[in-house]
Amino acid sequence: MIVSEPAFPSSSSPPGLTVELGRDRPIRLDCGVELGPITVAYQTYGRLNADKSNAILICHALTGDHYVADPHPITGKPGWWSELVGPGRVFDTDRYFLICSNVLGGCMGTTGPMETNPANGQPWGLGFPVITIGDMVQVQARLVDHLGIGQLFSVVGGSMGGMQVLEWAQNFPDRVFSAIPIAAAARHSAQNIAFHEVGRQAIVADPDWCGGNYLLEGKSPHRGLAVARMAAHITYLSEPALHQKFGRNLQNRETVTYGFDADFQVESYLRHQGSAFVDRFDANSYLYITRAMDYFDLAAENGGTLANAFRGTRTRFCVISFSSDWLFPTSESRAVVHALNAVAANVSFVEVKSDKGHDAFLLDEPEFHATLSGFLEGAAAHRGLPRAQGPTA
Amino acid sequence: MMMMANGKLRVDLKLIADMVEPGSRVLDVGCGEGALLDWLGRNKDVDGRGIELSMAGVSAAVSHGLSVIQGDADTDLKDYPSGAFDYVILSQTLQATYEPKTVLSHMLRIGRRAIVSFPNFGHWRVRTHLLLHGSMPVTDTLAYEWYDTPNIHFCTIRDFLTLCRGLGITVDRSIPLDREGKVLPLPDLEGVANLFADQGLFVLSRKA
Repeated sequence: MIVSEPAFPSSSSPPGLTVELGRDRPIRLDCGVELGPITVAYQTYGRLNADKSNAILICHALTGDHYVADPHPITGKPGWWSELVGPGRVFDTDRYFLICSNVLGGCMGTTGPMETNPANGQPWGLGFPVITIGDMVQVQARLVDHLGIGQLFSVVGGSMGGMQVLEWAQNFPDRVFSAIPIAAAARHSAQNIAFHEVGRQAIVADPDWCGGNYLLEGKSPHRGLAVARMAAHITYLSEPALHQKFGRNLQNRETVTYGFDADFQVESYLRHQGSAFVDRFDANSYLYITRAMDYFDLAAENGGTLANAFRGTRTRFCVISFSSDWLFPTSESRAVVHALNAVAANVSFVEVKSDKGHDAFLLDEPEFHATLSGFLEGAAAHRGLPRAQGPTA
Repeated sequence: MMMMANGKLRVDLKLIADMVEPGSRVLDVGCGEGALLDWLGRNKDVDGRGIELSMAGVSAAVSHGLSVIQGDADTDLKDYPSGAFDYVILSQTLQATYEPKTVLSHMLRIGRRAIVSFPNFGHWRVRTHLLLHGSMPVTDTLAYEWYDTPNIHFCTIRDFLTLCRGLGITVDRSIPLDREGKVLPLPDLEGVANLFADQGLFVLSRKA
C-alpha cells in the first residue's frame, strides 16, 4: 500500500490524505466485479491513542465528502460538520481520532466514475461497476485496516452515512463499539427511489451527458445535474422551513413578470443551489451513488427480517431522527429501533424536534448535539476512555 | 458518565432500587429522565435500558449517557425477546396504559421478574370522595380531573392481585406505601392495606 501526503501533488493541494488499497487483494463488489487497486481520499482529525481505542469513523452523505471540518477545496465553504469537530466539541479532537473517507464511487479523490480506468487510460464513465452501500463500507474497512485499527470506538453518519453505519454494524459487529445512524433508514423507500430516479433522468436527459462520456467529449451535463440537485434539495427541507425562509416573496421585484424568470425567491434559491452544486460534483458519481442508496435494504439481505441483521450484536446504538424529516422519517428510524429491541441490543433512540427537515443533521440543533455528546460520553465510559478534560471534569 | 443533578433518589424509586440484584439486566418502562437507571448503573453495576414516552425525558436521559428509547409500554414491549432482562420495572405507569393485562404479560415474558407500582384506587379517601361528593375523586396522588387524566385504567390493590391470579403470576412481595412512597406496615393486603395504602408496590414472577 502506498501512502502519499499531501494528497495532491499540485501546488494548491487540498487538505487530506490518499492511500491506494487492494493492490494485492482486489475488492469483490456485490455486483461480482473485482475492483483494485482503489484510491481512497480521506481526512483525519485528532490523534490515535496508544491502544487505538479512540477512533471514530464519520460516514458522509450522498453529496458530502471527507472535508468534515476543513474548508471545501472547491467552494471554500466550511466543512459540513465543522461545528461539531474540534477541541472540546461534540467530536472532541483532544479525545478522539476522527476518520472520514470519500466514498467509493465519489468524486473527491476516491476511485469513482470520473477517475481513470487503468485498463484503457480513459475515465471510467458508465464502465464503472455499479456499487452498493456494502461496497463503500468494505472499502472503508480496508482503510481502517490500513490505519492499523481493529475496533472503531464509534461509526457515525447521517442520511446515506447512516446507512453505512447500519451496514458496518451488520457486517463488522466486533469492529464497531458504538454506532450512531442519524436521519437514516434500513432501506430506501419507494418514494426515495422515485426522487432519485427524477434526478437521474434529469442528468441522462441532458444532451451534454453524452451517454456518460461527457469527460471524453469535453462537455458537462451541468443543466441536468443542476435540476437533479434542485429536486433533491426540496426533499432535504420541510414545507415550514421553506415557508419561513421564502414564503411567496418575490426576487428583487415588486410584481410578478408574467414570464418564466425566477420571480419567486424560492426559485432563485433553488437555481443557485443547482448551479453551485455542479461546480463540485460529478454527474456520473451522482448516478452511481444514488443507485447504491436505492439498492440498500438491510432486511431483504437478512431473509426479510431486519432484526437478523443485528442478532448477537454487542454494539451500543444511538438512533436519531428529526421530527420534520419526511425523506427519512422517524418511522424508518423506529423500525431500526424495533429490530434492535428484538435482539435486546443496547439502543438509545431520540427523535429531535426540528422544523428543518432532513438537513437538520447538518445544522445547528442544540438538542441533537447534546444527544450526540451524551451518548458518546456514556459509550466512552463503557469503553474505558478518559473523561473529558475541562473545568467540570 | 455525567452526574445527575443530585445523587438522591425519590423514596419509592429507592425502594425499587434496593430490590434489584447487583449486575442484573433491567428494563425501566416509563423511566422519565432515567434517575433510577442512572442510580442502578452507578451503584449496582446494572445493565439498564429505558423506555420513555416524553421526548424531553428521553433527550435528558440519552444526554446523560443512558440507553433510553422513545416509546411506550403498549406498543414497544412486544418487540423484546423473552427472558432478555432480569427485571422489568413499571413505576406509576400501569394505570396509564391502554392494555394493562397485555403489558403485565409482556413484562413477565421479557423479564424474570417484574416490579410494578401504582396508585391504589381503593384508598379510603378515594372511596369517601365518591360516596360523599358523587364526583370523580381528585386527590394529591390522583390530581387530574376525569376529562384530562392520563390515568385510564385505575385499579385497587385487590383488583390487581385478582388479575395476577388470573394471569398465573406469582406475587413475591407486596408492599403498601403512603403517598410519599414510604412503606406502611399494614396487614391484610386485600382488606386493611387496600383501604389505607396510597400506593402498592409489587414484585412479580412467572409461576415456576
